[in-house]
Amino acid sequence: MQSNDRQMPASDLDAPMPSKRMVLNMGPSHPAMHGVTRAVVELDGESIVQMKLDIGFLHRGFEKSCESVTWNQCFPYTDRLNYVSAIMNNVGFALAVEKLCQLEIPERASWLRVIGSEVHRICDHLTLIGAMGMELGAMTVFLYAIEARDLLWDRLTELCGARLTSSYCRIGGVARDMPEGWDQKVIQSLDRVAELREEINGLLARNRIFMDRTQGTGVVTREQALEFGFAGPCLRASGEPWDLRKASPYLVYDRLDFDIPVGANGDNFDRYMMRIEELRQSDRILRQCFQKIGPGEIIASDPRYVLPPKPEVYGTIEGVMHHFKIVMEGIKVPAGEAYSYTEAANGELGFYVVSDGGGRPYKLGLRAPGWPMTASLPHIMKGKLLADLIPTFDSINMIGGEVEQ
Amino acid sequence: MSGELDIVPGITTRREEATGVLQKLVSRGLGWARKNSLWQYPFVTACCGIEYMSVMSARYDFARFGAEIPRFTPRQADMLLVVGTINIKQAPILKRIYDQMADPKWVIAYGVCASSGGFYDNYATLQGIDRIIPVDIYIPGCPPRPEQVLDGLMLLQKKIENQNHKLIDRQPAPVEPGRP
Amino acid sequence: MSKAVIAALLERFPDAVYQPYVGVGGDACAFVQKDRIADVCRFLRDDPAMDFKMAPYVTAVDYLGANPRFEVVYNLVSTSKNHRVRLRVKVPEAELSVPSITPIWRGADWFERYCLDMYGIQFPGHPDPRRLLMYDEFVGHPLRKDYPLKGRQPIIPEREIDDLFRGPGPAGRS
Repeated sequence: MQSNDRQMPASDLDAPMPSKRMVLNMGPSHPAMHGVTRAVVELDGESIVQMKLDIGFLHRGFEKSCESVTWNQCFPYTDRLNYVSAIMNNVGFALAVEKLCQLEIPERASWLRVIGSEVHRICDHLTLIGAMGMELGAMTVFLYAIEARDLLWDRLTELCGARLTSSYCRIGGVARDMPEGWDQKVIQSLDRVAELREEINGLLARNRIFMDRTQGTGVVTREQALEFGFAGPCLRASGEPWDLRKASPYLVYDRLDFDIPVGANGDNFDRYMMRIEELRQSDRILRQCFQKIGPGEIIASDPRYVLPPKPEVYGTIEGVMHHFKIVMEGIKVPAGEAYSYTEAANGELGFYVVSDGGGRPYKLGLRAPGWPMTASLPHIMKGKLLADLIPTFDSINMIGGEVEQ
Repeated sequence: MSGELDIVPGITTRREEATGVLQKLVSRGLGWARKNSLWQYPFVTACCGIEYMSVMSARYDFARFGAEIPRFTPRQADMLLVVGTINIKQAPILKRIYDQMADPKWVIAYGVCASSGGFYDNYATLQGIDRIIPVDIYIPGCPPRPEQVLDGLMLLQKKIENQNHKLIDRQPAPVEPGRP
Repeated sequence: MSKAVIAALLERFPDAVYQPYVGVGGDACAFVQKDRIADVCRFLRDDPAMDFKMAPYVTAVDYLGANPRFEVVYNLVSTSKNHRVRLRVKVPEAELSVPSITPIWRGADWFERYCLDMYGIQFPGHPDPRRLLMYDEFVGHPLRKDYPLKGRQPIIPEREIDDLFRGPGPAGRS
């Protein structure tokens, strides 16, 4: 426009258009809302002015259900919390109860628990990468990730009978031993998973569209991440090197050699790269486990907490009595309370267990790893674009089962 | 399940069953077309959704049965796949989505939680979606193996091909009292 | 290392922190007076030797039959110093409110809303006190011990199904 136009009185054509804010409901049944969450966003154009997140559409009463069943019967309920990495929930719960019982588990059981946890950690990260690719438009990545995950699930079916919800652990150890030749098969599967992983990384990490959508979006600084209670890969992506497997090692993690990747920017791209790096590290851990595992018992032999072996149950009176008591009334965990924490795929998974000395839990509190990250979304997304909500929701790895217990 | 639909009586006396050759041909044709192009609305909530991702993918391909694309809008879908636990807070939303779908529509209850509430018999969970919407096929399992899901889909296809399809349906849709 | 935290707390808040003990497995725990929990948490976050910068895990327990009936438990962790502490606050049913620690850590927001929803404990000072997981029409607090496990409150009319298997279970638990 010429400069002499500026002296003329402004016409209505030059007046700024008043815009009304739009309230958009990304409802509970939405492809991009992992699990079921309702995000009500107030938009000014494309930027989010304010966001309200409603959850509770998958609340299944985990804590109350566990209070009405025996201790060993809680394992299926814990499976369905973080359903993509179920063995880690089992391990977390078993460790909490064993802490309260002060029960030592045999070494082979620890190795098997670590093997199961790491395989499921790989499955969790693959699911996240696949979903993230799919929701940003890269459908091929999803198919490759699911193929890799299916291979590992086949191995898990051979180990514990179920692909997804395994109920693999028991109080005192694990339920079944590895079949013959299983470790060789897993190493073969891991080789194929590694090929697929590198292919996925090649498709995404230097992809202009992926980089534009994920770099610089969903930025969470280190102080913010700590204040919100982040843990796990999301916290490490923001720059805080905190991993429970190194800080307070449990099971046999102190005998394994692995690195902890730490990010710099705390944006979605860093969280994605964190998952790729952790896939590499989990692969490394698994190969070491198969070399270091030795023969032994897979479950403790304490008759107060563990079912006696079947020949004893059928042969001796004490065996029958213990079996009967444990199955009908549940194991008698001494009264008290304990909080035990493990490094799940998503962060610190904590179980706060209160027992009144009976066969049923008195209180089973769960610190879901995805909970603080989901709670912080309205704060992170203030002022950002609506299109940034999708990769952020993906990379935070909100799993409906654990957040809504 | 579809036993009674398989038996076609030799001599029929009721007017609806004594459809002529042309109507039967049309019904067969429409049944074949509808069963081989089921557009699904995956109402995914919980762990069965992860197994659903596996069913949709390359190994256990859902798409080879024609149920290719998930249409995330009820207006364009004709099969409602309720995948995962439905709790009481989610129930009105499920009912609304079901009401928004246009006829003909079929419902598959995928997983034990959708069929009967699963082992969540507590204050929060709806004990089966058939308490609020009519269900055609129940696929049990927690989560069901992909082969089970494909079997359930094939069962639904058998049911569809045996139903009576018309080009123009002159029956008015049932109107619930009090609903606009 | 965590015992040093309890020692520092006892020294700084002799009237608010009482009955420290070592829990099962070596956890450092203590009880805190209900009205002073916000001050204690602020000290734990700001003091450089304590440095509990990460938002804690807050949960509540219902000890039906005991007085005080409820207890709110805070599990804190410090990522830089690698120590943990557990603080327990007894809450009587007559004064069911605990000062909110959300102004200190924004991450405690949803944990406190969960305690409100499930147990009915109020947190004055919380920026958004409303139900988290249950729907607004729900009456009662489900995780209390006197709330029945199967106390369903449907919001849309449901069809009743004559199911043979919905009786008392095999162990007599209904």
